[in-house]
Amino acid sequence: MTSVTMTVNGKQVSADIAPNTLLVQFIRDNLRLTGTHVGCDTSQCGACTVHVDGDSIKACTMLAVQADGADVTTIEGLAKNGELHPMQAAFREHHGLQCGFCTPGMIMSAVDLVKRNPNPSEETIRTELEGNICRCTGYHNIVKSVKAASENMGG
Amino acid sequence: MSVENGIGASVRRKEDQRFITGNGHYLDDMNRAGQAYGYFLRSPHAFAKISNIDLSAAKAAPGVVEIFTGADMAADGIGGLICGWGITSKDGTPHKAPPHNSMAVDAVRHVGDQVAFVIAETLQQAKDATELIEVDYETLTPVTNIAKALASGAPQIHEEAPGNLCYDWELGDKAAVDAAFSGAAHVSKIDLINNRLSPNPMEPRAALGEFDAGSGELTLYTTSQNPHVARLIMSAFLGIAPENKLRVVAPDVGGGFGSKIFVYAEETTTIWAAKKINRPVKWTADRSEAFLTDAHGRDHVTHAELATDNDGKILAFRVSTQANMGAYLSTFASAVPTYLYGTLLSGQYKIPSIYVEVQAGFTNTTPVDAYRGAGRPEATYVVERMMDTAARDLGMDPTEFRLKNFIQPDAYPYETPVIMTYDSGDYPLSMNSAKEMIDYDGFAARKAQSEANGKLRGIGTAAYIEACGIAPSAAVGSLGAGVGLWESAEVRFNPTGSVTVFTGSHSHGQGHETTFAQIISDKLGVPIESVEVVHGDTSKVPFGMGTYGSRSLAVGGSAIVKAVDKIVEKSKKIAAHLMEASVEDIEHEHGVFSVAGTDKKLTMGEIAFAAYVPHNYPADLEPGMAENAFYDPLNFTFPAGTHIAEVEIDPATGDVEIVDWVASDDFGNIINPMIVDGQVHGGVAQGVGQALLEGVIYDDESGQLLTGSYMDYCMPRADNLPNFRVSTTNTPCPSNPLGVKGCGEAGAIAAPAALMNAIVNAIGKDIDMPATSEKVWRAINSN
Repeated sequence: MTSVTMTVNGKQVSADIAPNTLLVQFIRDNLRLTGTHVGCDTSQCGACTVHVDGDSIKACTMLAVQADGADVTTIEGLAKNGELHPMQAAFREHHGLQCGFCTPGMIMSAVDLVKRNPNPSEETIRTELEGNICRCTGYHNIVKSVKAASENMGG
Repeated sequence: MSVENGIGASVRRKEDQRFITGNGHYLDDMNRAGQAYGYFLRSPHAFAKISNIDLSAAKAAPGVVEIFTGADMAADGIGGLICGWGITSKDGTPHKAPPHNSMAVDAVRHVGDQVAFVIAETLQQAKDATELIEVDYETLTPVTNIAKALASGAPQIHEEAPGNLCYDWELGDKAAVDAAFSGAAHVSKIDLINNRLSPNPMEPRAALGEFDAGSGELTLYTTSQNPHVARLIMSAFLGIAPENKLRVVAPDVGGGFGSKIFVYAEETTTIWAAKKINRPVKWTADRSEAFLTDAHGRDHVTHAELATDNDGKILAFRVSTQANMGAYLSTFASAVPTYLYGTLLSGQYKIPSIYVEVQAGFTNTTPVDAYRGAGRPEATYVVERMMDTAARDLGMDPTEFRLKNFIQPDAYPYETPVIMTYDSGDYPLSMNSAKEMIDYDGFAARKAQSEANGKLRGIGTAAYIEACGIAPSAAVGSLGAGVGLWESAEVRFNPTGSVTVFTGSHSHGQGHETTFAQIISDKLGVPIESVEVVHGDTSKVPFGMGTYGSRSLAVGGSAIVKAVDKIVEKSKKIAAHLMEASVEDIEHEHGVFSVAGTDKKLTMGEIAFAAYVPHNYPADLEPGMAENAFYDPLNFTFPAGTHIAEVEIDPATGDVEIVDWVASDDFGNIINPMIVDGQVHGGVAQGVGQALLEGVIYDDESGQLLTGSYMDYCMPRADNLPNFRVSTTNTPCPSNPLGVKGCGEAGAIAAPAALMNAIVNAIGKDIDMPATSEKVWRAINSN
């Protein structure tokens, strides 16, 4: 067992874990933050995307011990004081989700993409979301949601 | 008077708040105190006999609680998995349904077949112990291709199915078709392969079984589209527990597309094992297991011929198909290439005679069953590729050829030669509006522009029809269905005026919590935030047949309307009593009950309160305000429409770019246009996936699955797809009270034919799906 400490959604957490524990397992199993999902086993689908020190990463590709000391944000930490993040609000407003399973990862990726591309074109949005698979929406309304959110995020 | 958030409004979804904040409850998010973890040992071979399974080292491994095999289940009297739809062959014999054990007893028949179930304190311990199981396999030569499996001399997969034949089925008048062909001026022919697909809902299947030794009740939490059907099959056929002692709960389910209809080995084994060890057991598929074991879709080989006269009128249609069932017959597999396929081969066209024959067979592959569209995409693909081929042979524009042969809007009810009675539609309207949207007449100029830029340009049409809301029960029963296909609902007012609606439909992305609430808001004037829709729990919902075949609104929604009608009828009696009027004088609109010709009125909320606090109440009326209804449809519904795709192809690379996509769909009346548009987008994306990217591939010799992960199976990504321009026309469905037809599968049904017709139009050669850039390049450069 090995000890890790990190800040998750603004709260410091510590635990003794097996060294091969993935960050996504730590988040889901140890912290019981189950909004971060696992949809594949080859780091392709992006359902497990979270922010580590402000950058989006697939939490299935990182060991929890690699996030020791990091500042982690999951989907549960995105809304502030009960107010939805503009990206969350845009997904609801523009029907950017259906079954909802890919949605947390999609939103976390989208927040990061708008941070790096404040006024993204449709092409940029589609290219940037290549690492997040959605089987329900055909991406049409996801692209619309991200575009709308980027306009509301002061980009 | 219209109602806020009522029928026809694009109400933002009620369910979204929990999903966008990470507060959904999917199966793998759930855990139970004392829970153990299950993991399956799966066959590494496509076809092998098992002579011995040695569990001794595995049982001694750290953390192992118990290990079960197929022999243990058989010894406990647990039956095999079943197929719920019986098909009769041409010669009158029933289809062959060989034994399908949840875990192998003496042989494995596809890579991934279950061999043993290891239960341990942690998932890692279960996985580690699985590696210590020693199985003695005697490998046999497998066959994965359906044409090869049905050929003479093929390996024999089940002794119960000689020649690997499941059934040899036919529909239509063969003699009339043969006569029409012998006198026809033109005969067009086409050979098609409908590629095998992996459904890939983003949430993998999972199960959590729990046993209460005190009550003897078993609870299975599972990723199901139809929990009551799962309970029925597990109880009646497998003998897991009596129905009254078995509860099946499907919480938030992350997509289904058909693959979560079926009763699978893993869920069945998990709930049985939980009782055996008297501890909760959880099993969650990883994506590799999903590829190996979620029922696949399609996999047809078809030859079709169309007879036409000199005037371009269709005389007769002849279709011969081989359908791959996989290693075992899945829950509804037999119905997909027969009554969900052959019956739709008239398409939108007036065809005097049609004959179809389908040979279904077994192979050493994952079982194949219903996947979004189920039989209807296969039918549309055959019909619409055939129409383009015939138009080309006749030198006609493909849309003009279609328009010339459409069933006309005044022809309903229209009986096809393949036992369907179409009830409504306006096919010329859908086609003409799609043509206008894409500026069909301007295509030649756009093609010239592309050619000037060194690109090939093509346009392709698909005029599809589907039969949804499979029904009526008596009719499908006569065709072999083992179940009724009605739906149930309860509308329950609470004394404070809020409403709980219980539906037997199941939402796994469709937005029922919003759409069904809109119906209640509209009809009973209840604010949408005061309506709660409950589904997916056999202990809460009276009964249900679940969600598939685009049936939720047409059948489940109609059941809700029937319950609402009973609420209104009872409320009128209470209103008449309270307002001292006769029941005949009570008028009702959107939850307001008034006395005709007066200003006296009461709201639904006031009446519901009076029903629960019946101090001043009709003497002969029961208190309470909750009504149940079952609805059995009178007919299928027939959504139809036209999709047109336009593509540009780079001849140097074979890369296909979709430059435009238009859809004009007739779904009858629409409750929530935003949700309907979203369903079409998603359906088209899956159809584009089938046509351009996706395909399950098995190694011909070893039978190994070569497309077992997202590294190898190409899912559509955001940058593979365009925006879709969708629109609707509306001929209301005459057979249900909402006038709705269903929209969930339309895109997946229309898209493959439209896109492949566009590609064939661009390159001038026939090719099969998926039209990968390599395949397109090779076709362009072939002689």
